[in-house]
Amino acid sequence: MGIQLYRVDDRLIHGQVVVGWGQPLGLRFLVLVDDDVAASDWEQELYRMGVPPDVSVHFHTVEEMGPGLARYQQEASPGLLLVGSVDTMRRLVEVSPSITAVNLGGVHHAEGRVQRLRYVFLTPAEEDMLRALEARGVTITAQDVPSARPVPLADVLAGRADA
Amino acid sequence: MSDDAVVVAVVAGHGRFAEGMVSAVEQITGRGAAFATLSNAGLSPADLERALLDRLDATGARVIFTDLPAGSCTMAARRVQRARPDVVLVTGANVAVLMEFLFAAISPLDTPVAGLVDVAELARTAAEKARATLVASGG
Repeated sequence: MGIQLYRVDDRLIHGQVVVGWGQPLGLRFLVLVDDDVAASDWEQELYRMGVPPDVSVHFHTVEEMGPGLARYQQEASPGLLLVGSVDTMRRLVEVSPSITAVNLGGVHHAEGRVQRLRYVFLTPAEEDMLRALEARGVTITAQDVPSARPVPLADVLAGRADA
Repeated sequence: MSDDAVVVAVVAGHGRFAEGMVSAVEQITGRGAAFATLSNAGLSPADLERALLDRLDATGARVIFTDLPAGSCTMAARRVQRARPDVVLVTGANVAVLMEFLFAAISPLDTPVAGLVDVAELARTAAEKARATLVASGG
């Protein structure tokens, strides 16, 4: 068991994660890796409020995940790891090279980003980061919910959701 | 329904949740325009929070109804509440709670009673009444 999905989602903990993935995967824990959230009790309380009582939530900085990720990967129960941006995932893979697959779950519109899928908008720099991750052997697919078909990175970057 | 109807609350949720809820209220009461709607579809957390604030500012409403307690609209509403503690949030909204609140918050003359009464108390009472409508039977 352990971590079933490494997800980039700028909404972090929300309905798609808690219910959409949480129910079919039977998630028992969430690992939220975000330096800002890890430094804010208020943010942590906000995200905790959205999670059912039988699912535990763990907050960490990227740096803590260097030595800290293995513990979650070896958990007996299924879990999901969340980061809020492509850049955070890039930094996470740097310190945790055991991550071999990344899910793009939601990167929404912001200045400088171009829409690639309904729920994926990327800056040129973010696209380069994703290409670099794939070049080092990390499989990257976009998939907002479990019932959707995973879209390979090449198709995401070409804006081909249905390719 | 007049165009300048008083807006008593903002309904926000996934997909077309808000639109659908309000269309039900409209069909039942003819007063759907008493609610402003918002979908999270395609919006970043920052854009969603801004859109929610815009709805509140544009309408003068200070009550927000959302669908899931963990949904991004709920998260955005909680962030709005941090800056504006007088904003009231009701999660797990259904058609019943919207109608309970609607008729508590407007007088028969379509004048807002909000401001004269405690809308938080009206929202709590509406939530209690609506909770009782969630019933499983048969089988």
